[in-house]
Amino acid sequence: MSSPLDDLYQEIILDHYRKPRHRAGELEPHDVHVHHANPLCGDELDLRLRVDSTDPAAPRVGAVVYDGDGCSISMASASAMTEAVTGRELADADDLGEAFRLMMHGEGLKREDDLLDGVAFQGVAKFPVRVKCALLGWMALKDAIGTYRDGNQEHRVTHE
Amino acid sequence: MDALDVETVRKDFPILERQVHGRPLVYLDSAATSQKPQAVLDAMDRYYEQSNANVHRGVHALAEEATEAYENARGKVARFIRADPRGVVFTKNATEAFNVLAYSLAANRLGDGDILLSTQMEHHANLVPWQLVQPRAGFEIRYIPVIALGPDAGTLDLDAFDEIVATGRVKLFTVTAMSNVVGTINPVADLAARVRAANSEAVVVVDGAQSVPHLPTDLLALEADFLCFSGHKMLGPTGIGVLAGKPELLDDMPPFLGGGEMIANVTLEGTTFNEVPYKFEAGTPPIAEAVGLGAAVDYLSALGMESVRAHEVALLEHVLPALNSVEGVTVHGPTDPSGRGAAVSFAVEGLHPHDIGTIMDREGVAVRAGHHCAKPLVRLLGSAATTRASFYVYNSVDEVQALIDAIEATKRFFVR
Repeated sequence: MSSPLDDLYQEIILDHYRKPRHRAGELEPHDVHVHHANPLCGDELDLRLRVDSTDPAAPRVGAVVYDGDGCSISMASASAMTEAVTGRELADADDLGEAFRLMMHGEGLKREDDLLDGVAFQGVAKFPVRVKCALLGWMALKDAIGTYRDGNQEHRVTHE
Repeated sequence: MDALDVETVRKDFPILERQVHGRPLVYLDSAATSQKPQAVLDAMDRYYEQSNANVHRGVHALAEEATEAYENARGKVARFIRADPRGVVFTKNATEAFNVLAYSLAANRLGDGDILLSTQMEHHANLVPWQLVQPRAGFEIRYIPVIALGPDAGTLDLDAFDEIVATGRVKLFTVTAMSNVVGTINPVADLAARVRAANSEAVVVVDGAQSVPHLPTDLLALEADFLCFSGHKMLGPTGIGVLAGKPELLDDMPPFLGGGEMIANVTLEGTTFNEVPYKFEAGTPPIAEAVGLGAAVDYLSALGMESVRAHEVALLEHVLPALNSVEGVTVHGPTDPSGRGAAVSFAVEGLHPHDIGTIMDREGVAVRAGHHCAKPLVRLLGSAATTRASFYVYNSVDEVQALIDAIEATKRFFVR
């Protein structure tokens, strides 16, 4: 039997919350550091990205770590995100982020196999006030990739 | 003083009969907004059904009735806080009242070399308006720190206060009478007297948004020049607030908003303004909302504000030890009920307030999670957010237990 609350906090999400993957405040070396804050709920997230430019024409996510202060949904989603994007070309990681965003807004499920545990966050879409929590890590990744492409190392974003 | 009979009170609030997620509603978010008794809903319906017209204009019967209802409400509010009705301005909310003071008082009265003294405990409504006018007016804004740790945690650092006041440059002092986050009741009258002793020209502004609904209020005893509060936190409707103050000070202030109602005469060359309080009530005011607030004041007066306060102290005597006995729970703010109101913020070790709020909601318990529009204070508590349970006249001891049960359920949920 599944209650809406179980959908929100299903076992996969709780597992990422209790045993976060790639949660760290440091990544040496890294190419980009972004800080994202959600002032409405007070969530804060730092994300560091190392870009693997072995193939200069197709740079990849070499490594990504996150750290922050936020609810279980925001921290678990960031954790699942790091697993889903590590090793992917930046453009591909961006595309996967867009697939996650559409899923969270109930606009269809694409690339579900690539999202790995990210698929578990579908249930959060039923809790509109929590959708932004699930998106925080992915927004930070998108911003980190954009910041890298712009040739910058640091970016701070406050979400409205 | 009659003890408040909470079961009788609860029958006056229709919303308390509803269920949330299949559970009886346990409403512990009155510091955000209170529920409304039937008497307030009826008064507003009656106004619209019987007397609706615009006020202070027109000579027909309905216009006279509407004006009388609106001005009666002003009189009730004035008596409730022992203020001169000429100094009771109806605004949209407490926030608008602070904006009136920022733009019409601080921006004109303060300048280079003057200090506007505030505190780290304030709601954003009592922070942002002053910050907006500060660059143009040129005064300096200083903040009394809040003590973070120890037996006085959650209270103002009075040594720092004395040091700033001793400069003699504090021209405006603004402080909340009761914190919306940690419940602290500030010694407003004492602080005001000390500010005035150091500078006789100083003006004292008090945020009564949390205190007026919960404590007996006497504007004179507070030693305040101005008191700002909202109707919706004191059983009244949204859309109405109050700026109460000394009529002679209001008289000296230029209007904030211009338009109809606030004028004495208008030519294309210029305008002379109406007398106070009308000078600050541009346009058609929130008439039904004023009537509703008047009914809310009647309701609270019938309960007796001393009884309201005693009821909340009794609830605090249950809730503070109960929370402290839950493993992993830290209660913020003063520990003695006599020094605090019934807005109780707490932290649960390892759990984020939003998760707590979401799980509690499923248990039917409505609490607030977040920064409570007081980010500087919440940051001091060492977090970006807290969970807050706030109590009012309709809350019972049983609901304290429901809160504790919900916290335990939340803990089980995340550690299972």
